[in-house]
Amino acid sequence: MAEQRMDEDRILATDVTYRYPDAERNAVDQVSMRVKRGEFLAILGHNGSGKSTLAKLFNALYVPESGTVLMCGMDTRDDELVFEIRQNAGMVFQNPDNQIVATIVEEDVAFGLENNGVPPAEIRVRIDEALKIVNMSEYARKAPHMLSGGQKQRVAIAGVLAMKPKVIVLDESTAMLDPSGRAEVMNTVHRLNRDEGISIVIITHYMSEAATADYVIVMDDGKIRLTGTPRKVFSDVETVRSLGLDVPPMTGLAHDLRHAGIDIRPDVLTVEEMVEEVCRLS
Amino acid sequence: MPLVVENLNHIYMKGGPYETQALHDVSFTIRDGEFVGLIGHTGSGKSTLVQHLNGLLQPDSGRVLVDGTDLADKTADRKQIRCKVGLVFQYAENQLFEETVEKDIAFGPKNLGLDAAEVDRRVREAMRQVALDYETISQKSVFELSGGQMRRAAIAGVLAMKPSVLVLDEPCAGLDPHGREEILGLIKRLHTESGATIVMVSHSMDDVAQLAERVLVMEKGRLVMDGTPEEVFTRGEELRSMGLDVPQVVQLCEQLRARGYEIPERIYRMEDIREILLKILKKGEHHAQ
Repeated sequence: MAEQRMDEDRILATDVTYRYPDAERNAVDQVSMRVKRGEFLAILGHNGSGKSTLAKLFNALYVPESGTVLMCGMDTRDDELVFEIRQNAGMVFQNPDNQIVATIVEEDVAFGLENNGVPPAEIRVRIDEALKIVNMSEYARKAPHMLSGGQKQRVAIAGVLAMKPKVIVLDESTAMLDPSGRAEVMNTVHRLNRDEGISIVIITHYMSEAATADYVIVMDDGKIRLTGTPRKVFSDVETVRSLGLDVPPMTGLAHDLRHAGIDIRPDVLTVEEMVEEVCRLS
Repeated sequence: MPLVVENLNHIYMKGGPYETQALHDVSFTIRDGEFVGLIGHTGSGKSTLVQHLNGLLQPDSGRVLVDGTDLADKTADRKQIRCKVGLVFQYAENQLFEETVEKDIAFGPKNLGLDAAEVDRRVREAMRQVALDYETISQKSVFELSGGQMRRAAIAGVLAMKPSVLVLDEPCAGLDPHGREEILGLIKRLHTESGATIVMVSHSMDDVAQLAERVLVMEKGRLVMDGTPEEVFTRGEELRSMGLDVPQVVQLCEQLRARGYEIPERIYRMEDIREILLKILKKGEHHAQ
């Protein structure tokens, strides 16, 4: 069955262009990219670069003006497929307080399932499973407003998980969290990616989060400017900075040392790698 | 002595089932012109503390003195005290509400009863301080601005009150790297050029390490560290046990020391570690030759 093939495309965007009504330029301009089964992609770019617009094209919140987006093989322009597309591509947004609708955690997780007419017995099973995966089982009967930001985002992820998606898109879902809340969410999505084979797309301003992805896309002015493994993309320090982004601190340090004539690897990402390089060179 | 906090205690929902003591006996003094970074895990009491600094919350015991005036003193001129300590909340742009940028920044000064000419002068000055161009931006709707510009407009609204202490709660939260640079640059300028006293609450240890001259660390409602960034950030183990990050530069120093390199204590800035590594690595080259 096609399901089992590792190279199966989950998202396939071909020459996609989108422009907001009355806007002077394209928010997304001739973008082509793909996310395969089990891949972890990070999309970077300064505000207004088109990255969130691109994410909303993945699950038919927006429909391309020209070009096509295939989500798990389904064309997002086909109205008939919208529900199935959104079931396959779950989305988690930035503000934890704007995406929880119920007054009890497990009812919130059930919201999408109830709307889709899933039988009650099946709903029970899926809620328990989803909350277990995000480590929130003990909060099933708690009120969402008593939870921390990181916990709320994990509940939002559970709500998406309960729909059994093949792809989860997180649009700056860690931006409003503190460092430990951010770590909770990132650990959770990495686990879903690794253990459940769910493809993950994160949109983030945190270079340290992007550094953990399989590959990275850097957007600017609606176009893809850089693409590759985090190691490859970040080692191009000048270009990344010219696009209004940071590089991870250790990559920046390696870059400065190279400028001063030290033959250090340009693609150092972590503190551990920097230590290894210093040991190797001295 | 613009800001003195003495034995401050605060209890939320006193007597109720969810009673929590958010502040335990917190004391410190902030001197004129200091740049103080305030760090702590979520729930450590930072935001509660910040709201005491201009009298938004009242202490259960202890007191806060602004230029010698007790904020709890019913006879004191509260309006005047609140002008002295300007508070920029998290996601301050959510509080923009007027039709134009100019009207929004003018709101505070107008309520002080200042005449139109003075209000106008303050609006222009505040916009200049946050690098928003008066000619092109003052008549725009706040919704036409970018995220970074909106946040700067909100900060301008506070600056227009001419505070002597500026307190910012997570001023860079949710901004992209460019917006973050803008805001950090702006805060740094306010400090160095206008000599403003700054209290900055932040989750980013790297930002605090680069900017603050003094760091206060809160944990479970208590002030547990108070010192220079050198002093605070070298206590890596303790910070980590409180669920806080340590700047990457400090982590690098720790790991290099563990490998037998002689790295001086109290290194926390990128410039400093760069120079040290250059020395070590240049020496390495000679050995190789």
